Amino acid sequence: MKIAVCIKRVADMGARFQIGADGASVSDAGIKYDISDFDEWAVEAALQLNEKHGGGEVTVISLGPTSAQETIRKALAMGADKGVHLSADTIPFDGFAIAEALAAELQSGAYDLILFGRIAVDSAAGVTGAMVAELLGLPCVTAVSKLDVTGASGVAERQVEGGVETLAFPLPAVCTIDQGLVTQARYPSLKGIMAAKKKPLESKPAQLGAISVSVRKMELPPERSAGRIVGEGAAAVPELIRLLQTEAKVL
Amino acid sequence: MANNILVVAEARGGDVRKVALEVVTAARLLADGLGGEVHAIVFGGAGIASVAAKLGAVGADVVQVVEHEGFATYNAEAVAATVTSQITSGGYRAALFGASAMGQDLAPRIGAKLRVGVAADVVAVAVDGTDIVVRHPMNTNKIIATMVLSATPALVSVRPGAVSVGGSPKAGTVQAVAPAMDPAAGRVKVTGVVMGGGAKLDLAEAPVIVSGGRGLKAAEHFSLVEDLAAAFGNAAVGATRAVTDDGWRPHSDQIGQTGRQVSPDLYVAVGISGAIQHIAGMRNSKTIVAINKDKDAPIFKVADYGIVGDAFEIVPALTAAVKAARAQQ
Ligand SMILES: Cc1cc2nc3c(=O)[nH]c(=O)nc-3n(C[C@H](O)[C@H](O)[C@H](O)COP(=O)(O)OP(=O)(O)OC[C@H]3O[C@@H](n4cnc5c(N)ncnc54)[C@H](O)[C@@H]3O)c2cc1C
Ligand SMILES: Nc1ncnc2c1ncn2[C@@H]1O[C@H](COP(=O)(O)O)[C@@H](O)[C@H]1O
Repeated sequence: MKIAVCIKRVADMGARFQIGADGASVSDAGIKYDISDFDEWAVEAALQLNEKHGGGEVTVISLGPTSAQETIRKALAMGADKGVHLSADTIPFDGFAIAEALAAELQSGAYDLILFGRIAVDSAAGVTGAMVAELLGLPCVTAVSKLDVTGASGVAERQVEGGVETLAFPLPAVCTIDQGLVTQARYPSLKGIMAAKKKPLESKPAQLGAISVSVRKMELPPERSAGRIVGEGAAAVPELIRLLQTEAKVL
Repeated sequence: MANNILVVAEARGGDVRKVALEVVTAARLLADGLGGEVHAIVFGGAGIASVAAKLGAVGADVVQVVEHEGFATYNAEAVAATVTSQITSGGYRAALFGASAMGQDLAPRIGAKLRVGVAADVVAVAVDGTDIVVRHPMNTNKIIATMVLSATPALVSVRPGAVSVGGSPKAGTVQAVAPAMDPAAGRVKVTGVVMGGGAKLDLAEAPVIVSGGRGLKAAEHFSLVEDLAAAFGNAAVGATRAVTDDGWRPHSDQIGQTGRQVSPDLYVAVGISGAIQHIAGMRNSKTIVAINKDKDAPIFKVADYGIVGDAFEIVPALTAAVKAARAQQ
């Protein structure tokens, strides 16, 4: 199968974030970057599908500044075959602007399957995959936690509140990948890292769509005030109940 | 017309979900600020029109009812086509969705059809002059962004549980609307739906969440957590990734960076260490209680109240005490 995976380079979420001087961005200082969790699982899922069915090709696409190429190289080192870098000075917050650029790149690729993460862990929007599907006129299943493909059709499961839906769809199609589909993405081997240096990576300007959602301000959430240890063991239960009733008023 | 707000009111099993009432409440706030009306659109099988009164009671002036057997369960393509057609013909200023599994699937499809962005998973909406402004937690809830929507229609999905239900009551006048696409014509077919225990509260809707971690040692010990949740009467059960990866609980119960993000009134963490990826999903809870045998566990840094000790001893005592406290009320 010819599979494309759209991957985003995001800040390491373990960081203690600071707001930039403009008050509307995240400060870059001391931040490390890596592929977004869900996108890493999508790459793993693509590799596994082709390993299972034999043959095929996995193309990874990332939109962003030049540094996005490092993220593409990581996916190539995991085993993807080709990379496409859609170059933009910054990554906009409006998923539609990104979706237009990705769709423009994807439409001529004749892919059987196009994978996205369910959400990017930084923007936490979860809109880009379904938008691309719509722009390309392709069937789409979001938040996929199980996926199989046979011949020209696929079957997917998605988690909904309190339950699971099973869906059948024809290829070509778009899926956005939730957790549960793969347990752990593979680590790039040394051999993989060496091989990735020689794999094709094309860079071209991103044709971003119009922006209608923009950030006016960013803030850090209020710190939680330090709590207290009520006590030790079951003996502390009556005091906890009292606090929940009189102080927190949740019981 | 140009200041009216359309709400896609999520229904399941013939009734509206709580998130639908929350989103109508949020829409009422916007409509009052803009001087417009709130129209809710609801999809469902036979008899779904009966939910109109509930939507009217929290602020819907009009309830558009799309009744079709093909809408007994969520049908992404036909719902997206119908909502898009209503937004266009109705000239709405904004359309609001719940940021639920359904709303998160639906809103971007409609955004692409209308060629506008979506402000997803917002926790507050407001009118500022003629702009619609929203607040959206990003970077695993470590940053709150204020976003401005400059296009008409503005598409917004509202995080379940973020808005307290209670818009001023309106007529909820029913209007029948025909599907803009035959639900049977969709390319993606739902071939099965398996729902968990019917009475189980969803994490997004529960005022109380009791979560268990690896400290519970084995899947069967989750009954401790379930019993405590049952004692509260209004609690859902959550879990850490350690637990869902081991298959003790389904992945849909996982709270954190790569799971669900929740903000209940009360979050009880049992045998959970408090890894940053877990805290990312629950730090916005109003009150946090932690039970852990390790007094240095990081979970105590975010907990309002902690008890140090063995969960197997403390949780049954807490369950009994919660039952007793509730019996007295
Ligand atoms: C990219 C990435 C994403 C992740 N996303 C998530 C996510 O979304 N959600 C998530 O939860 N995790 C996530 N994780 C995993 C996270 O890092 C932790 O590994 C996980 O949260 C730990 O789960 P735990 O607290 O149940 O287990 P542990 O860390 O093993 O903690 C168990 C706790 O139980 C206590 N304990 C043991 N016995 C008892 C007893 N008898 N009574 C009381 N207490 C007891 C111990 O003191 C300990 O603190 C992610 C990790 C990565 C790398
Ligand atoms: N800049 C980008 N480059 C490539 N893919 C992206 C980019 N931004 C978002 N995506 C894809 O869209 C998914 C959802 O992103 P979002 O809608 O921002 O939550 C991500 O998991 C990626 O698969």
